[in-house]
Amino acid sequence: MSERPLTANIRSNAPPLTVAEYEEAGGYQALRKALTTLAPAEVTKLIKEANLRGRGGAGFPTGVKWGFVPMGADAPRPKYLVVNADEMEPGTFKDRLLLEGDPHLMVESMILSAYAIEAEIAYIFLRGEYVLAGKRVGQAIDEARARGYLGRNILGTGYSLQIYMHMSAGRYICGEETALLNSLEGKRAIPRAKPPFPQTSGLFGKPTIVNNVETLCNVPHIVNRGVEWFKKLSRTKNGGTKLYGVSGKVKKPGVWELPMGTTAREILEEHAGGMRDGLQLRGIIPGGASTEFLFEEHLDLMMDFDTVQQAGSRLGTGTMIVLDDRTCPVGMVHNLTKFFAHESCGWCTPCREGLPWLERILKALEDGKGATGDLEEIRTHVKFLGPGLTYCPLAPGAMAPLGSALNRWRDDFEKHIRERRCPWR
Amino acid sequence: MATIYVDNKPYVVNEGRNLLQVCLSLGFNLPYFCWHPALGSVGACRQCAVKQFKDEKDKRGKIVMACMTPAAEGVRIAVDDEEARQFRETVIEWLMANHPHDCPVCDEGGECHLQDMTVMTGHNYRKYRFPKRTYQNQYLGPFINHEMNRCIQCYRCVRFYQDYAGGQDLGVFAAHDRVYFGRHKDGVLENEFSGNLVELCPTGVFTDKTLKGHYTRAWDLQTAPSVCVHCGVGCNTTPGERYGLLRRIHNRFNHDVNGYFLCDRGRYGYEFVNGERRVRTPLLKRDGALGPVTRAEALTEIGKVLSGPAVLLGIGSPRASIESNFALRELVGPDRFYDGVSARERQLLSAMLSTLRAPGVHSPSLREVGEADAVFVLGENLAEVAPMIALQVRQAVYRSTVPMGERLGIPAWHDSAIREAIQGRHGPLYLATVTGDKLADVATRSWCAAPDDLARLGFAVAHCIDPTAPSVSDLSEELPGLAKEIAGALRSAQRPLIVSGPSCGSLAVVQAAANVAISLSAAGAQHAALCYDAPECNSFGPALLDGHGLDEALQAAKSGSVYAAIVLENDLYRRADRAAVDAFLEGAEQVVVIDHTVHDTTKRADVVLPAATFAEGDGTLVNNEGRAQRFVQVFKAQGDVQESWRWLGELSRTAPSNGAWQNLDHICTRIAETAPALGEIARVAPAATARFLAQRIPRQAHRYSGRTAIGAHVNVHEPALPEDPDSPMAFSMEGFPSTCSSALTSAYWAPGWNSVQALNKFQAEVGGPLRVGNAGVRLWEVAEGHDHKYFEVIPPAFQSREKEHLAVPLHHIFGSEELSVLSPSVAERAPASYVAVNFRDAEALQITDGENVQLVLDGIPYRLPVRILPDLPSGVVGLPSGLPEMSWVKLPGWGKIVKEVPA
Ligand SMILES: Cc1cc2nc3c(=O)[nH]c(=O)nc-3n(C[C@H](O)[C@H](O)[C@H](O)COP(=O)(O)O)c2cc1C
Ligand code: SF4
Ligand code: SF4
Ligand code: SF4
Ligand code: FES
Repeated sequence: MSERPLTANIRSNAPPLTVAEYEEAGGYQALRKALTTLAPAEVTKLIKEANLRGRGGAGFPTGVKWGFVPMGADAPRPKYLVVNADEMEPGTFKDRLLLEGDPHLMVESMILSAYAIEAEIAYIFLRGEYVLAGKRVGQAIDEARARGYLGRNILGTGYSLQIYMHMSAGRYICGEETALLNSLEGKRAIPRAKPPFPQTSGLFGKPTIVNNVETLCNVPHIVNRGVEWFKKLSRTKNGGTKLYGVSGKVKKPGVWELPMGTTAREILEEHAGGMRDGLQLRGIIPGGASTEFLFEEHLDLMMDFDTVQQAGSRLGTGTMIVLDDRTCPVGMVHNLTKFFAHESCGWCTPCREGLPWLERILKALEDGKGATGDLEEIRTHVKFLGPGLTYCPLAPGAMAPLGSALNRWRDDFEKHIRERRCPWR
Repeated sequence: MATIYVDNKPYVVNEGRNLLQVCLSLGFNLPYFCWHPALGSVGACRQCAVKQFKDEKDKRGKIVMACMTPAAEGVRIAVDDEEARQFRETVIEWLMANHPHDCPVCDEGGECHLQDMTVMTGHNYRKYRFPKRTYQNQYLGPFINHEMNRCIQCYRCVRFYQDYAGGQDLGVFAAHDRVYFGRHKDGVLENEFSGNLVELCPTGVFTDKTLKGHYTRAWDLQTAPSVCVHCGVGCNTTPGERYGLLRRIHNRFNHDVNGYFLCDRGRYGYEFVNGERRVRTPLLKRDGALGPVTRAEALTEIGKVLSGPAVLLGIGSPRASIESNFALRELVGPDRFYDGVSARERQLLSAMLSTLRAPGVHSPSLREVGEADAVFVLGENLAEVAPMIALQVRQAVYRSTVPMGERLGIPAWHDSAIREAIQGRHGPLYLATVTGDKLADVATRSWCAAPDDLARLGFAVAHCIDPTAPSVSDLSEELPGLAKEIAGALRSAQRPLIVSGPSCGSLAVVQAAANVAISLSAAGAQHAALCYDAPECNSFGPALLDGHGLDEALQAAKSGSVYAAIVLENDLYRRADRAAVDAFLEGAEQVVVIDHTVHDTTKRADVVLPAATFAEGDGTLVNNEGRAQRFVQVFKAQGDVQESWRWLGELSRTAPSNGAWQNLDHICTRIAETAPALGEIARVAPAATARFLAQRIPRQAHRYSGRTAIGAHVNVHEPALPEDPDSPMAFSMEGFPSTCSSALTSAYWAPGWNSVQALNKFQAEVGGPLRVGNAGVRLWEVAEGHDHKYFEVIPPAFQSREKEHLAVPLHHIFGSEELSVLSPSVAERAPASYVAVNFRDAEALQITDGENVQLVLDGIPYRLPVRILPDLPSGVVGLPSGLPEMSWVKLPGWGKIVKEVPA
């Protein structure tokens, strides 16, 4: 079996490693190494060279992002590192595994990453329902502090860092990094315009880096094992491993750490055990709800950022949702649209007004009350809720599954209108 | 400057703007909602979409929001692009999906930005077939209606209310398509600028509740350019009338003064014009009772006295126009013209005026107040006495932090990003007031003390800035440090500003503020400014006419001489001791009062002549800055009501007179000849003979309806239009709808722009000055020279007394001003009278909040409930100023609090 650095310490049905156990397993070595032998800029350089790309959905190169943070004595202070552990994307449950399974890896990753950007304060913004993760990460923070990995003058190196945990009050939009910052500041969770980017004007108006849980958990390993090792973990040019997940009517839904670029077929058939008996696969949403459907013909594609994008979708969070042939595709996108409409923050017009309208059209289709013109209306919405037209990517994300479903299964949509019923009911 | 390309044509535009600003300035009809010239961009509504192209070769382009995109050199965009146009139409379609389409019963109809933008985008067919959302509306107090169903979620209201005006009790609640704009629960909107929501909200959610009480469509309002009469700031207003009733006040944009906004006193104080206490006909006292008579009878009666032996004393008024005060002075002669304010106020006003006109001291416009980068407020609770100055001080402390954001590369117009970057930090603002102030939330430091101690702080600040300024001996513990800090902040600012005024009744405070201004100028500050607020709309007017003190006039009663008095728009009982006024009025051969409203002085008059209010007459007012501004008659009042100066002109003609005048221009010419300080008065507005394309300027919109219909049940003839001898405006919808002079423009309209936002079309650059310049004439500019004369008399530190308390006036935006409180809506917001005491003093006196006590002042007992005010200094008690039920007391003054012993 290939190496799986992120989940190596995770034992099923057992509590996570204590600080001592974690140290014994090689934990906090990377931190010691970086703090004593590497300058902050050298850590960033390593991450850049490893070409670690964000696992939160957008796949932006992490080292490049860190490189935008003003450094040195003149930089505005304090600077912040924020871990995005909101994980409310439908179908996505990968960060939870890391947070519950190996909280010390999270804590070490945060300290190291904060060091790279010379941040004084780090926050972990945790999904409100992740109570167990909160307990475990909280405990890990306390243990790390007791061991001198956190607080003032860490390991006697002069570097100091405080970590605060914040439990979200529970809105999907809080996962969008700028809405997250507003929420942390105690304001309404609405996104901010970019530019300015958080790297220059972020939390409390100071330079801030927001990264996904999984993204950051790679950092200690890259520091420990090196850039070449990291690249080789992958089957493609996008380095490292990836937590892939599957939900839907498969035999064994779950999440697995696999080499980046593992094919969808392998994930589905070898790890998720294939479709449940008697069901055929009709499509997958590859990376959480906000990505376009892929189909049978895409199953042999290597699931990495570039390849999936070329196929017309996005890797997203890498956790796929599977649609089978007994489930109505209109019903599925209705369900998703209902979620997105409910989670709209209400700031910009297309999303706030457009999504509920779509949701009603889709429900009408499902209820046998579709009308001619409805599909055109959906099309217009898909177009005008697209990237750049709304204030943040929530609405374009919502359009990804809907638009691709309508393209692929137009007949099914039309049948709803023609027959005045949902054929699956 | 930058060259940008719009629809393939090059335009040279101002750099540092966004595309929406430049497109609107260039005259393109680009729809928008969330952006507002005074509030900046946030990119929420997505209405202002245009297509942007990378370069000439790029044919595909991408849609961007104009308000969020910098108008940088070489930017290429298309407004006229099919896809962008469709997107804009779709945005309107989304906004209209849940909109109730209740225009026919909506108060906003006809001046609704949402209607305009809907038409502009071409959206006209409804495809949304599902139920609309509905909300529950709230009771928001006497000023504003709430109809949430009409909301299009542009977020302007909360941005104005919270970010711009500092309000706390209006917010946005809930999320997704249920966002709600209102209060946490029903209740009166507290902020003193809430009325601006009526004009800011692009649709009919927030509408004017007082207008609703006598509703008429905007296009049926007759309007004229006017000036607010409820404090000395002189905000420009647009009163609207129909069928003889004044229906509402709207803002009138003046870039140098109030910009887009008004305070609630100014907006809602107008109903005194329609009030039951109006004097509508001449009144004559017969057998001890005043009763209506013809104007001839009244004039004959007055004429008897005018030609008789009595010495004629003329008492002017700070709430009457320059022209009226001047006409009175002409009638009685300069030696017998009195300015009509209390002795103390007169002293304060003349100290303020002479300081402002001294060399080296700049009296800033209201706009300049908002551009200061360090502010020191001495003595004034601005939100209560000159609310719009408070609003501008709030902008000043915000604006002075904007460069912090700009250093991060954020353009100043990007409101949300700037606020995120500066995180509520604000520029230096120091408040030194008698009691806690509404600007405290943005103050660097606030300090409350007795007036003498405030003055001492001011003197100490001046001395820190310029060591040759008189120094203050034995300052109490905290003061030297505070003075130094304030001096430092003012010294290191580019545009330091001192705001002070007469409201705590202390000459020392006014002089201390002057010393700070002089010290800054002595220390070489180039752009230091001193802003004094003035209590009334023409406080400086009578002073500029060199009126004598009212107290001198009141002495006449004791002199034994034979005298008669003409009192101009003045209730003397609000100016002086009741006994003295009684004696004066009783001792006169004849008392003539010319006023529009019944009060205690009119009740004791022998003859009362009905005066026009600002809405029914023309005149000029001088504001606190020294800016002379014209108000033009909005409508002809019924009957004999006319401007006081007209009455006085008629009286002159019956007397062996100084030459009479027939119209406003005559009198202005005469003023310019005889009162050098007012030499510019004729320039304030074009002469009545001016014509524009040989036509007059209409007061009515071209859609004005019902001119011939209204009297049709009586007579189908169209009545003759009233003449206007005083201005080039016509009481008609016909004429040249001129915007040639901002002094003569009250309503702005352009094809497709029926809301207040039509103003865009008349500014050289949106948000900037009007193309034709801003109305008003500054009567003086900073004189050259370095004649730094410091005030030398520094009061000793305040000593509290064993058995007495120093009573000081406390002002209320709603209640303290004589006329506005006659409006039912304002009266509803006015406090009941009280005496304010701090905790410690209350404890010592063994009195509690709400309990009745006796306050004995000058030997007269006043029974008042106690109000605990924690910020009041010990030894000082506060009395509300000017409330209708309180009679005049000389404040500050020492008084005694006596606990009531239950019988
Ligand atoms: C609506 C919305 C929800 C999001 N939710 C999450 C989330 O729950 N967790 C996450 O890591 N990123 C989420 N993102 C992406 C973040 O905005 C951001 O790109 C990410 O945290 C950056 O981290 P990375 O570079 O490590 O991927 C969301 C984005 C959007 C638009
Ligand atoms: S697209 Fe607009 S309304 Fe939707 S979540 Fe983003 S900012 Fe809010
Ligand atoms: S109430 Fe008016 S100003 Fe406020 S968001 Fe709604 S439409 Fe905009
Ligand atoms: S600040 Fe004064 S002048 Fe301006 S609107 Fe208010 S009361 Fe009128
Ligand atoms: S005006 Fe540009 S997005 Fe609202």
